[in-house]
Amino acid sequence: MIKEKVRVKTLKINDMDVTAKSNATILEVANEQGITIPSLCYLEGLSCVGACRLCLVEVKGSSKLVPACTSKIKDGMEVMTNSPRIQKHRKMILSMIFAERTHTCSVCVSNGHCELQNQAIEQGLEHSEVAYIHQKFDIDASHPSYMYDPNRCILCTRCVRVCDEVEGAHALDIFGRGIESKIIHDMDEPWIDSQSCTSCGKCVQVCPTGALFEKGVSATEMTKKKEIVIKLIQTRKER
Amino acid sequence: MQKRTLIIDPVTRIEGHAKITIDLNEQGKVDDARIHVTQYRGFEKICEGRPYTEMPALTARTCGICPVSHAISSTKACDNLLAVRPPKAGRNLRRIINLGQIVQSHALNFYHLSSPDFIYGFDAPKEDRNIFNMIKTHPDMAKDGIKLRAFGQKIIEELGGKRIHPTWIVPGGVSHQISIEQKENILRQIPEAMEIAQRALKYFTQSLHKFQKEIASFASFPSLFMGIVNKKGNLEHYDGFLRFMDAEGNILEDGVDPRFYKEYIGEAVEDDSYLKSPYYKPLGYPQGMYRVGPLARLNIANACATPLADKEFEIFKNINNGKPVLNSFYYHYARLIEIIYAIERIEELLLEPETMSDNVRAHASINRNRGVGCSEAPRGTLFHDYEATNDGVITGVNLIIATGNNNLAMNAGVKQVAQAFVDGNNITDGALNRVEAVIRCFDPCLSCSTHALGIVSSKIEIRDHTKKVIEIISRS
Repeated sequence: MIKEKVRVKTLKINDMDVTAKSNATILEVANEQGITIPSLCYLEGLSCVGACRLCLVEVKGSSKLVPACTSKIKDGMEVMTNSPRIQKHRKMILSMIFAERTHTCSVCVSNGHCELQNQAIEQGLEHSEVAYIHQKFDIDASHPSYMYDPNRCILCTRCVRVCDEVEGAHALDIFGRGIESKIIHDMDEPWIDSQSCTSCGKCVQVCPTGALFEKGVSATEMTKKKEIVIKLIQTRKER
Repeated sequence: MQKRTLIIDPVTRIEGHAKITIDLNEQGKVDDARIHVTQYRGFEKICEGRPYTEMPALTARTCGICPVSHAISSTKACDNLLAVRPPKAGRNLRRIINLGQIVQSHALNFYHLSSPDFIYGFDAPKEDRNIFNMIKTHPDMAKDGIKLRAFGQKIIEELGGKRIHPTWIVPGGVSHQISIEQKENILRQIPEAMEIAQRALKYFTQSLHKFQKEIASFASFPSLFMGIVNKKGNLEHYDGFLRFMDAEGNILEDGVDPRFYKEYIGEAVEDDSYLKSPYYKPLGYPQGMYRVGPLARLNIANACATPLADKEFEIFKNINNGKPVLNSFYYHYARLIEIIYAIERIEELLLEPETMSDNVRAHASINRNRGVGCSEAPRGTLFHDYEATNDGVITGVNLIIATGNNNLAMNAGVKQVAQAFVDGNNITDGALNRVEAVIRCFDPCLSCSTHALGIVSSKIEIRDHTKKVIEIISRS
């Protein structure tokens, strides 16, 4: 049997010549080459939605910055992943994420293990560049094992996608518009009343912040196990 | 002469912000004097809607000096919501970290805040009455202060992971056991800490004769005393029963489960302060004034139950022939005795084999909708009272902070000192310093103590360029 012909494309990332599969995204290729592009909504194995915009990169010839997670590579493309312009934008994006909700790290269950917090440290964000909105959302503590705190949600939709694409339940979705948006269960019912939630907890494990967490844990105690979910997806693909 | 008001703003060498007003009559004599706590925190409102598991970390932010005390009372309130009692090791470890907190806070008050008054006298130039001058003139004493405070802070760091706002104290116990190495690290530091504490006590008791006038007038009056004692009626800081004692030494209430504190303690609100005024309910407001903290704890206790502290406790009890010591100047004395007690007790607890057990935490879901946690903070009895839904979301919070308990007594003390030392015809710096110093006796932590009770009253004074009040806008 003749193997299917693999088409490849050649491009440059940070002035380094790179060859990759033609249907790959800039982020995937960068990851393969050991080039780190920060991201929050991306999770290996899940569909890409470009929600957080943290993975914005510069492409030569384009005045716009493009999200690396949803942009496919092109032949001859020249990508810059860490220019001063990008760094400035990433700081602003992080500032807006922090300002939109109430991320009080010091009392958060994910303090010390939070992807958003880690990004802020890596990008050198010492303070928000925009004013905090201090919105107040009610937390959903109805589930016996888990809690959802919209005040710490960055709307990355990892939870929505993992529930739909891996668990196959699609119990979660986004409700509302703009800064009012939040994750809901079924038809915006308390978590415990959701008919489609299987209580598998994958949404909790892939959540990058302290928005979804296990009940009973105190500040700093929530360590997410997203690697288990990534491994699960890989194993299924290999089968 | 016209009626005048003297304003001391800010009050210095205390924790938090406050001002004192002294009203002088036509003859220049003191009519009234009050302490006003001018800041507002509002944690009771901030906490509503948050999960109970967040409460220890959240309420600990009330204070940077004694976050451990808040974490202890908060986790005890959470234990109460879960209807669990932490395992023995968890309780012992909480006790140790709480005592570490008491040592560091007491050392801070004695050395850093109050000792400049003892060394240089209350009438010394204000430029001299501070820790920096003490470092110059009494370097060994300054080093002692830093070392003793560090001893307490290092215990907190050793057990809790960091010196301020450790998250190790959790509902149900503590998050993890301690290692033998950690235990040894603390034990190694005990002999030096004890030497320093003994030195401080000797210095203070030998200096007492210089302050007879201050002793007689620094909030020296009959009042009730309240605090926690253990089952035997001895000194206790972590868990026990409330005891109320009158100025004659009669026990008014004993064996009171702190969960029922509301039956005995009322909370009043004054228009000119954000600090609540708790009082002993059966006597009403303001007659039910009581004092808490080191002086009250030693007054109500039968004994310390550790050898070295008990030796000094006996001398303390003889000050007023076995009756409660009414002079608030002796808060400093009581504080030093408590440091000795705390060091002895930390050693005892560390040497208990059960302390090293890996069974340090009880796990449970919400089993009650109301939980009260009570412990002795450095400044006195601290109450955390939470209401929660069956899902564990906090719906109501009431905090009685140690300093708040002393509010009525502090005001009475300020007035007493002002009347004894302040003369409107000859206002001296030393007299005003004494008015501030009486507050330092209570070691108030004012930032922690302002919380909501009903609608917060506010009063805005509009003044012209000569500071004359033109208009007052008030809401209550």
